[in-house]
Amino acid sequence: MNNEELKTAITTLLPTGVFEEGGDWLNVLLEPSDWLPFALQLRHQEAHYFDYMFCLTCIDWKTHLTMVYHLSSTKYRHNLVVKANLDKAKPDIETVSHIWRTAEFHEREVYEMFGVNFVHHPDLRLLILPDGWEGKNPLRKDFDDPVNMIKL
Amino acid sequence: MWSFSNIADTLHTWLHNTFNATLAKFVEMVLVGVCVISLFAVLGLVLVMMERKVSAWMQIRLGPNRVGPKGMMQSMADTLKLLVKESMTPDGADKFLFNLAPYIAMMVAMLLMAPIAFARNFMMWNLNIGVLYVSAISSVSVISILMAGWASNNKYSLLGAMRSGAQIVSYELSAGLAILSIVVLTGTLNMNEIVLSQADGWWIFKGHIPVIISFIIFIIAVTAETNRAPFDLAEAESELTAGFHTEYSGMKFALFFLAEYVNVFIVCAIGATLFLGGWMPFHIGHWDGFNRIMDLIPSSLWFFGKTFFLIFLIMWFRWTFPRLRIDQLLNLEWKYLLPIGMFNLLLVTAMAILGWYF
Amino acid sequence: MVEELGSNTEGDLIINVGPQHPATHGVLHLVITLNGETIKKVEPHLGYIHRSIEKMCESLTYRQFIYVTSRMDYLSSHINNHACALIVEKGMQIEVPPRAQVIRVLMDELTRIASHELWWGAMAMDLGAFTPFFHAFREREAINEIMEETCGARLTMNYMVPGGVLEDLHPDFQRKVKEFITLYKRKIAEYDDMVTGNIIFQNRMKGVGVISAADAISYGCSGPTLRGCGVSCDIRKIYPYELYDKIEFDEVLETAGDSFARYMVRIREMNQSIRIIEQLIDNIPEGDVQAKTKAVLKLPKGEFYQRVETARGEFGIFIVSEGGTNPYRIKFRSPGFSNLSALDHMARGSKIGDLVAMMGTLDLVIPDIDR
Repeated sequence: MNNEELKTAITTLLPTGVFEEGGDWLNVLLEPSDWLPFALQLRHQEAHYFDYMFCLTCIDWKTHLTMVYHLSSTKYRHNLVVKANLDKAKPDIETVSHIWRTAEFHEREVYEMFGVNFVHHPDLRLLILPDGWEGKNPLRKDFDDPVNMIKL
Repeated sequence: MWSFSNIADTLHTWLHNTFNATLAKFVEMVLVGVCVISLFAVLGLVLVMMERKVSAWMQIRLGPNRVGPKGMMQSMADTLKLLVKESMTPDGADKFLFNLAPYIAMMVAMLLMAPIAFARNFMMWNLNIGVLYVSAISSVSVISILMAGWASNNKYSLLGAMRSGAQIVSYELSAGLAILSIVVLTGTLNMNEIVLSQADGWWIFKGHIPVIISFIIFIIAVTAETNRAPFDLAEAESELTAGFHTEYSGMKFALFFLAEYVNVFIVCAIGATLFLGGWMPFHIGHWDGFNRIMDLIPSSLWFFGKTFFLIFLIMWFRWTFPRLRIDQLLNLEWKYLLPIGMFNLLLVTAMAILGWYF
Repeated sequence: MVEELGSNTEGDLIINVGPQHPATHGVLHLVITLNGETIKKVEPHLGYIHRSIEKMCESLTYRQFIYVTSRMDYLSSHINNHACALIVEKGMQIEVPPRAQVIRVLMDELTRIASHELWWGAMAMDLGAFTPFFHAFREREAINEIMEETCGARLTMNYMVPGGVLEDLHPDFQRKVKEFITLYKRKIAEYDDMVTGNIIFQNRMKGVGVISAADAISYGCSGPTLRGCGVSCDIRKIYPYELYDKIEFDEVLETAGDSFARYMVRIREMNQSIRIIEQLIDNIPEGDVQAKTKAVLKLPKGEFYQRVETARGEFGIFIVSEGGTNPYRIKFRSPGFSNLSALDHMARGSKIGDLVAMMGTLDLVIPDIDR
């Protein structure tokens, strides 16, 4: 499916989704609460079949956090970018690690780097950072380490 | 003629003429002890050097070439380094067993030297049950490894020791069966008599196919018994860092290391004695002229030549093959080598009874 | 005594493999739960070499951040640099001169061969065979020499810049590459004799670390790991970049999904890389090696994603730009990270010896995983 077809297909799936223009791929912005049912449909509906999650990350926009999921299909070779804005004070979103297993590690990385809480994640612990870094989120823009960070 | 047996006889006569019988015996014992220890040390140095040169040759490298002429003193320098290194004992270790284990490993290797015939009429102990003695004593080496692995209080060591236990106990069967086939053919357990029985040809030629099969089984089994690659699961440095001797350092590690190399020498010496005629020169049946020419080469050269050929073979294995997995290792023994070895022993027995050998 | 040896109540043995362990090739730390020799669980602990490259890049300009990416997957640093150059070129719509394009592809493929050579040697060493390691380094050395002459470095080349490549090729480049191809063709048969055809080796690899195609996709595996399951995922074929849509080469696929399949994919991939190099080496067009670019690079506001096929799989860069000279947020999607996440799934129920074979064929490069 090309971007236009994908857009129509997704509009029927998720009427509340907001599409962003620009970039190679179709971007759809949704509410965090819509994410899990939408993800299940994307993965399991034969017409979409987004079985490959090749990137999962988060952006700190200072006012809010944005989760970015890059999805692709090994069958149809179409790509989709799903975004969800999270409240910075209480960044909760449903985990998708049971749909795409790769999300388990990526979500753990985002959890420690941005402090996003993935609800129902099977094993939400620090992956990369050593013990004692819980609650400190180094990739957030307001993170400051006067000792180890060299300002250029 | 200038040979080991002449020297030994001269010395023996001189000692008995000079001292009384008890003292002479005692001095001889001390001399033998000194000889064993120096042979032990020299073998360690030579074999380590040989291993490094062989591996370098196979790996398109030069190998050690800085210390001494052509790097020949490298293993000397390494020994010196190991001697001055601190021998650490981990806190949680069972100290007594931990320190005892390397000495047991070395003692086993030393004891095994006793019945080996190094040259014509030259052996430490002309034991009438030589072969049995060797297979009995070599089983003790597993105890030292288990002891080291258990006492280290390290999980890698324990896993390595357990692997080693399973491995040595299994492969001893095959090695024993392979040795038995020669015992069946010669009808003696005495190493010297086994060598003498090969005066008209080595067993590997006289016994043709069944003995060749025994020989192959023997080589595989002893490679496994000495924990050499591709059967070095007890050490398996990519899986268990260093296996049973992970926690050993300094001279205690060196003793394990030395014992391994001396064990390799001993099993190769036994292989050479049983299958390749030991010190017996290359004889063909009744070609007396040919045999006489062969006799001109000293018997000790024949013995060491054959032994080092087998050692080279084992080193060749090590630097060529990947390591087996533990279940594959045991499968190989219990499903292939042992049945083949048993059947082969039957074949050899039939052959010995019917006289179907040269 | 058993309790003292660190077993838990169920009698399982918990072993730390790493961070300093001969088989992890770097500072990877695996906590393995064992039942005897059988693996019950593998839990990777990462971060021993985490340098927070993503955070670092936020304060680097678009010319500078390329040099950091060489330090991620240091075995295919060219290809990482390539991705960085591509994403800046895509954002700023820079046309790369044809000569530079050919040079880039040549370098990528040489890097891929060098990386696979190292993997081959290291993997054989994991399985207990030392000799292949040295033989692999002989060929890799030839590539490194070529790299050194042209790029001035052997490992972290930093040769690709936005708009082309840094400098023109060394005058000896073509001759040396042709020499390398002859050498390689003579030696690859040796590889098969020494390792591929070895019965012990095959027994160690076949049926070990099996992962189904669906699981591999779900775990986000890419590169030879996914192609070993029979899933076509070569970025060079599916989403061609640079010249790859104009070059003839085959995507290597195996269907078994075990360690041996992954092994064969890599071995056959080296031959395909040689094929690409052979097509291009005599057809390097004359001209500039670098397009004229502004002194200060600024990506327009927006989000950019570029993926390339490194030796280990799909490498992606995600840049969020605010229109300034630095990226606002940068994310590197490293192939090793996702491939490693599948290790637990693969390893359960197999022996410790198999774990080493699996890690070997996943071709883990730890700085790539940790970033």
